[in-house]
Amino acid sequence: MNGVFDLAGTDGIGPVVVPESEPVFRSEWEKAVFPMFAMCFRAGFFGVDEFRHGIELIDPVVYLTSPYYEHWVHTVEHYGEKRGVLDLEELDRRTAYYLANPDAPLPEHADDPELLAFVDAVVKAGATAKRESEAPAAFAVGDLVRVERDAPQGHTRRARYVRGAVGEIVMAHGVFIYPDTAGNGLGEAPEHVYTVKFTAQELWGSGADQPRDSVYFDVWEPYIELVERKGEAAA
Amino acid sequence: MSAHIRSKEEIAARVKALESMLIDKGIMTTQAIDRMVEIYENEVGPQLGARVVAKAWADPEFKARLLHDASEACAELGISGLQGEDMVVVEDTPEVHNVIVCTLCSCYPWPVLGLPPNWYKDPQYRAAITREPRKVLSEAFSYDLPTDVEVRVWDSSSEMRYWVLPQRPAGTEGWSEEQLYELVTRDSMIGVGTTKSAEDVA
Repeated sequence: MNGVFDLAGTDGIGPVVVPESEPVFRSEWEKAVFPMFAMCFRAGFFGVDEFRHGIELIDPVVYLTSPYYEHWVHTVEHYGEKRGVLDLEELDRRTAYYLANPDAPLPEHADDPELLAFVDAVVKAGATAKRESEAPAAFAVGDLVRVERDAPQGHTRRARYVRGAVGEIVMAHGVFIYPDTAGNGLGEAPEHVYTVKFTAQELWGSGADQPRDSVYFDVWEPYIELVERKGEAAA
Repeated sequence: MSAHIRSKEEIAARVKALESMLIDKGIMTTQAIDRMVEIYENEVGPQLGARVVAKAWADPEFKARLLHDASEACAELGISGLQGEDMVVVEDTPEVHNVIVCTLCSCYPWPVLGLPPNWYKDPQYRAAITREPRKVLSEAFSYDLPTDVEVRVWDSSSEMRYWVLPQRPAGTEGWSEEQLYELVTRDSMIGVGTTKSAEDVA
C-alpha cells in the first residue's frame, strides 16, 4: 500500500533530532510493549511481515506523531482482534479503568517457565526468514534491472522511491519469505532476494546531494525486470 | 482518517489494559516481560558490535570471514539472534562511507547494536538520509564528509541486516583487541559518526 510510512525522500517534516543520550526504554509502558512482538508471535498473532502491515494500517496522522512503541500497540490490537483472541470492547473498558486507576495492579497470575525459556531461546536463535530452495535465480550479480511500477494495495516492501528506477544487482542473498504474500496472510511463497545499487542521480535527479552517491535497496525477484544481462549468467 | 492523538496517560492506560488481557490469555507474564527488558537493557547492545569490530581490526582472517558472512563470523563470538539472523557487514574505506537506514519501518541489527535509538526510527531520519545523506550527517551528527568520498546508503528493505565496519583509526598500530575495542562507537557502526581517535582514549 502507498502510505506515509514509506518515507524515503519525504521533504518538509523537520530536522533529525538527536539527543545527547537516552535510555533503551523511555518510559515504563514501553517496557511492556516491547516483549509483545515476540510473545504474540509465539501465540500465533502474526509473522514479522504481518506485524509490519498492522503498523502500516495506522491512521497516518497518528503514525507520524505518536511515540514509536505505540505503533506496536496498534498492530497487536489489530491481529489480536483478527485472531479472535482480543475483545476490543473489553480492552476499552480496561483502558478506562486503568486511566482512572493508574496504579491499580495487573491481574494475579502464575509464572510460566516455558514462556521464560522461549524468551532466552528466541533472543539468541532468532527466527530466520531464509528458506531452502532449489528454485534457480533469474538474475545474477552485475545484471541491470528495473523495479516494476506495480503499486499493490496490501503489504509490500516495494518502496515508492525505487519503483521504475534502474539499478545494478550487487549481491544475491538466496531465498526468503516473500512479504507481499506473507504480510497479507497468503503464505510464505519464498523468492530470491537481491541487493540493487541505485545511483542518487537515478533516484533523485538534480535533487541528489551528490550524483554519484548511491542507495542500496533489497528486492525480491518479482519486484524486478531485466534491463540488460551483464552478470555471470550473460555468457 | 480517524486520528486520536493519545496523551501520555492514555497511552500508559491502553498499554496496561492490553498487557492485562494478554496476561489473562496466558500470552505474557510479568516475569517474562522483565526478562526480555533486562536482556535488551543490559545484555544485548553496541558493546557486542564493538567486540566484533575490534576483532576484525586486529585479525585479518576474521575480518575476511566477517565480510563474507557476518552472521557466521559473529556466531564464532557467541553473538547471534533476533533481527540479526542474516547480517551483512559493509566496510568503510578512504573512498567509501556507508550508512544504514530502514525507510519503511525500523529494521536494525539487534544482536550487535541492541535496540535502535529513537532518531533512527523517527520519520525525519528515514525521510532524509536516502535523499540528502551528507546534509543529515553534517547537520544532525556534525559529521562532514569530504566530497570525494562516495556515500552508500543501505536501506534495510529485506530481512538482511546491514551494519558498518568503520575504518581503523590512525596511530593504533600494534594495539591489542582490548585497546581497539575502546575506540568503537555505536554511531560508527550505523555510519552516522566517527570512531574515537587514538588520542581520545590514550
